[in-house]
Amino acid sequence: MISFSFFPLPPEPATIHESPQHSLHASHDMDIDLAHHFLHDSNLTLPGETLTSSHAYMRGHGTYVHNEEVIASVAGTIERVNKLVTVRALRARYNPEIGDLVVGRITEVQPRRWKVDANGRQDAVLMLSSVNLPGGVQRRKLESDELQMRNFFEEGDLLVAEVQAFFSDGAMSLHTRSLKYGKLRNGQLVSVSPALIRRLKSHFISLPCGVDLILGLNGYIWVSKHVKENEQEGEEGFDAEAVYSNQNDEIDMPTRSAISRVTNIIRVLASHFVPLSDTIILDAYEWAMEQDADVSEMLHQDNSFALISAVRGRK
Amino acid sequence: MEVLNADGYRSDGRRQFELRSITIDLAQHGAADGTATIVHGLTKVFVSVLGPREAKLRSLTIHDRANVNVEVNVAAFSSGERRKRAKSDKRVLEMASAIKSTFETIIQTNLYPRSQIDIYIQIIEQDGGLLQACINGTTLALICAGIPLVDFACAVTCGVYANSPILDLTTLEENDIPNMTLAMLPKTGSVNLTAMESRLHVDRFGDLFEVALGAGRVIHEEMKLAILAKSRMLVAEMKTIGWGEKDLVD
Repeated sequence: MISFSFFPLPPEPATIHESPQHSLHASHDMDIDLAHHFLHDSNLTLPGETLTSSHAYMRGHGTYVHNEEVIASVAGTIERVNKLVTVRALRARYNPEIGDLVVGRITEVQPRRWKVDANGRQDAVLMLSSVNLPGGVQRRKLESDELQMRNFFEEGDLLVAEVQAFFSDGAMSLHTRSLKYGKLRNGQLVSVSPALIRRLKSHFISLPCGVDLILGLNGYIWVSKHVKENEQEGEEGFDAEAVYSNQNDEIDMPTRSAISRVTNIIRVLASHFVPLSDTIILDAYEWAMEQDADVSEMLHQDNSFALISAVRGRK
Repeated sequence: MEVLNADGYRSDGRRQFELRSITIDLAQHGAADGTATIVHGLTKVFVSVLGPREAKLRSLTIHDRANVNVEVNVAAFSSGERRKRAKSDKRVLEMASAIKSTFETIIQTNLYPRSQIDIYIQIIEQDGGLLQACINGTTLALICAGIPLVDFACAVTCGVYANSPILDLTTLEENDIPNMTLAMLPKTGSVNLTAMESRLHVDRFGDLFEVALGAGRVIHEEMKLAILAKSRMLVAEMKTIGWGEKDLVD
């Protein structure tokens, strides 16, 4: 009997798990093997595994209590803080926290609010009252603003924002009340697993190759042309024309290829589940420039493995 | 057809209680949050899970829990005879609704109010035990997507031949003998689904049930090993570059 897996990611033979034919009676020896695994090998767990008693510990995320036992409900790493036991799934949707920087895309324009896809379990909400309105940073919103909401953000527009609050059903409310936040242009979006992006001092990164990065904690990354500090919109006062503009600037070919190269590097790193940071992206970029690799060929399997092993070697 | 020959072997050379070989591939595909390919002998199913995410239709949102949406697609080339099945095929819809009702109780849907979890199942090859493969594959894909489950759902097909139980039937055997599919939760040993399309003598049911529960536990071990191997690989990859152990913890 031949069995094969399509598109295997090569360090992956580990995930392709094959069993020989076996009879029902083999299960008992296996139980013992596995119990051994859990106790000694790592702090990994699986749904339905008993972690501890609910008398001694409190249940956190990724667990539930049944019959006075704390039981895991996701596969991942067990974490314990004093009496609180949580299980963190290795790969999951973005779980927002107040103050997080996110990149999102407008999906819907509703009365006095926009709906934003931010890779969460529901669409986020951006209230009209939490965006900067033209004509002065501090200003009451008027009825005329409500009528021309599409002049600020339209369906499909990308934006960078901060998580401001949560609604009672867990949906997040965003705000763009800072000159750093607002509509995005001059670049492209890459989407990776949110687990690969950690909280950094700053999520706005300027690479020396003339490319700016915005690492949204929700796993959306904006790669764009570098904007000089003194040219940033609204340095003095707030220029609504520029902030809500839908027009890209002129982008020359070297910048375009730098943007695509960085984008492809991020894609390769993410497909190998490498956590992203500015130093790693920069290392990989330097390596890619040394190799003089064609941007479009970077995603080929051989090239991506070469990149990963090179980055691992540098560390 | 002779299901069990005089020496106690079945048409594909297995014994009465022997399961077919199981292959599990948990590699990530496309934009899905979790994907799994599971092969039971010559039955092959690919499951992708998307979500929890904003429900596409407002009418589908439930204010206090997530809506589980299951779509099953049978590839035209999956069976011996090429046949295109319509999306509205009654048998396919029935299977989708059985899968939906199995997982609605296992997924902790109350954690995700007003959202939707989409489960897309592609049947690539079929040789019996279709519902079993779909349920096992869906369990794996849901775990890969990081969606909280009360427990694994382990499904197995079994039948009765000459007054004794037979496990993990092929199409030939399914057509010939009374059979049922059972999905069990190994933690509590409770049974979440029993699907039966043929008549089965009530006296045989008890034995069959016990054997099927045991087989469910064997399948559970297989799925556990596959998920653990995948988790271990992801943890190892995250540790190799960038952050050390400490950073992973906080």
